[in-house]
Amino acid sequence: MTILTETKDGPLVLSPDQIEELGKALDELRAKTVADLGDRDREYLYSIIKAQRGFEVAGRGLMYLGFLPPVWLAAVAALSVSKILDNMEIGHNVMHGQYDWMREPGLNSRVFEWDTVCPADQWKHSHNYLHHTYTNIHNKDRDIGYSILRMDESQSWNVLRLGQPLYAFALMMLFEWGVMGHDLEVENVLSGKRKWSDVKRLLRGQLRKAGKQALKDYLVFPALTGPLFFSTLAGNVTANLVRNVWAYSIIFCGHFPTGVQTFTEEETADETRGEWYIRQMLGSANISGSRLFHIMSGNLSHQIEHHLFPDIPAARYPEIAPEVRALCEKYGLPYNTGPLGKQIGSVWWKICKLALPPSLVKSESSPGVIVMRQRKASEVGV
Amino acid sequence: MVDLINLVQTLTSPHPLDRYLELVRPTLTAREMRAEIVHVDRSVPGSVTLTLRPTRQWKGHAAGQYVQIGVVINGVRHARCYSPVGPAGRGRHLQLTVKAHPDGLVSQYLYRNAEPGMVVDLEPAAGVFRLPDPRPERVLLISGGSGITPVLSMLRTLADEDYPGDVVFLHYAKSPEVVPHRAELDAIAERHKNFRIELRHPWRADTTRVDPTAPWVDVAPAKTSGYFDYDELERVAPWFADAHTYVCGPQSLMAAVRKIFEAEQLDDRLHTEEFTLSLAPVDADEAFGTVRFSASGVAADNNGAPLLEQAESAGLTPEYGCRMGICFSCTAVRRTGCTRNLRTGETDSDPDQPIQLCINAPVGDVDIDI
Ligand code: FES
Repeated sequence: MTILTETKDGPLVLSPDQIEELGKALDELRAKTVADLGDRDREYLYSIIKAQRGFEVAGRGLMYLGFLPPVWLAAVAALSVSKILDNMEIGHNVMHGQYDWMREPGLNSRVFEWDTVCPADQWKHSHNYLHHTYTNIHNKDRDIGYSILRMDESQSWNVLRLGQPLYAFALMMLFEWGVMGHDLEVENVLSGKRKWSDVKRLLRGQLRKAGKQALKDYLVFPALTGPLFFSTLAGNVTANLVRNVWAYSIIFCGHFPTGVQTFTEEETADETRGEWYIRQMLGSANISGSRLFHIMSGNLSHQIEHHLFPDIPAARYPEIAPEVRALCEKYGLPYNTGPLGKQIGSVWWKICKLALPPSLVKSESSPGVIVMRQRKASEVGV
Repeated sequence: MVDLINLVQTLTSPHPLDRYLELVRPTLTAREMRAEIVHVDRSVPGSVTLTLRPTRQWKGHAAGQYVQIGVVINGVRHARCYSPVGPAGRGRHLQLTVKAHPDGLVSQYLYRNAEPGMVVDLEPAAGVFRLPDPRPERVLLISGGSGITPVLSMLRTLADEDYPGDVVFLHYAKSPEVVPHRAELDAIAERHKNFRIELRHPWRADTTRVDPTAPWVDVAPAKTSGYFDYDELERVAPWFADAHTYVCGPQSLMAAVRKIFEAEQLDDRLHTEEFTLSLAPVDADEAFGTVRFSASGVAADNNGAPLLEQAESAGLTPEYGCRMGICFSCTAVRRTGCTRNLRTGETDSDPDQPIQLCINAPVGDVDIDI
């Protein structure tokens, strides 16, 4: 199998010293950014919150004129933008603890809730802890395919995989519900690995949160518009759908485009800080775009920076991205990025390709950087 | 009212209603209490007196209690406690005198930046250092430096009530100029003959009356021992054994008073409030002190390890995830004490702050709410 990240002398090999050095450079970058946090970051977050609340109020208000088709469309657009900002640039980032340093009781990761059916505490467990600690490690990071999809060649194929593009499409449309169910680890429940009492607790939380969300979007707000009940209901459903499609697309671009690497438990056992950083870089992918695009994606378009420093305010990622990229270049590491069209295209291509039996698909050259871990060559992703 | 708020919060769910209202105007809140600064007085060197107008949730204070206010400094919200200096009650306004401590982040900030229109967080008045109801027959108030604020509130409350018993107010200050609210003291001394106000300036060389025009006794005593002693007590309040005594001020003053009252076996009539500054210990790397996990009632000697490990070796099972500071699963509230962030080396000792247990080590005594 050929390795994508090749130098003229063959595949890229990183020595323990290089790894250590790179780790130090990233630690310094982190310290520099943390030391600089202050008013500017606070003002930025509040300006996003203000915009989000403004769009929300506008969206809910315009639904009262929802009998006029262009106004209905505007209402849906405003509400969609509000939900996207709430989930991505505010919710995701606040719940990562990115703004805990502000000591703002309402914007602390411990208490923040977002406008989606998944309860914050469950999401923080499956995302902040499992996904961010064990990024792209098979059997540990449950985000590799979300236990529904085959997103990596090393995952086994069976005949049910043929329906994968359909499942992916369904997941995209129902994304918030998928995110909600993620922490249940349904396959572990079925295989008996998970206690019923755990699941019951989670289900109760989901019922409470989803209930509130559904009550508000699908009953109370529509009812408040009286005769326009169904028009408002349709508007709210559409806004949730738009948010789902958008969030799914951005998030799938974070780890599934061509070129990202996955890892095994053995090769990542007892990682050093430097090795951990490198895994985060090799396992993530960015999306290039305008400032507005980055804001609307919650800066998850800077997935690489986000995975290196998940608790640094996301609005800082565009500023530190050039330095991260320069470090990648210095060590010959790939820095996986591209415009949305290219990244999302390669994600869907992968979904379709991996739906087919491996015998039918030509195995492509895999990306790989040989990381000398504990003085042993571990051929990551090769 | 509350039901209505709950109803509206169905619509703003998952965000509390206040998170919308505060964007319109910071003092327009349904649940959270805030206060707007309406007047700022810097006439006394080294301190600033703020007049605040709290939002309608304000329930007033008892004389001697304190309130916590919160301000944002360089993006970070900091909270500190101050005692209102005004008489007790639930008036529309609230007065705080803040002494600018050289290392005090919040006091320096308020001293420099407070201006009318500024909005601060406000917590309800709290604290057991307060005048009892009904009032005792005799009251002795002793304070030093910025410890004047709670006892001044007591003095003004008693004056407002035309309290008929004996009152002595003894205050220690560096110089007459730095004593706040002298006009109030003037008025009280003139109007209430049963109130005796004595100011001491132990650091001044001369022993004459400092301000002969003042209607109170304002002297620099001929003693180098500085503060308070038995003779002084006898002189100003010979009836102190029948009184209730309230003391607030620096450690040395408190200790001097306590020693005398203990010797006289009158400590049950002595009420004290300490003014502690939350400053980080100098040597943050050394492990000493006790770590208390107050919610579970467990305490252990600080061994310098991250708090998560110390909790576990004390037999607790706090929640955690990554154990490397990225997932925030282990976040818990540090009630009191100072901790050091093992990633940045920074120490922090603000009370009631959420911290990540896996990357913070205690510096000295720490109380964690798990
Ligand atoms: S356990 Fe993950 S931040 Fe402490």
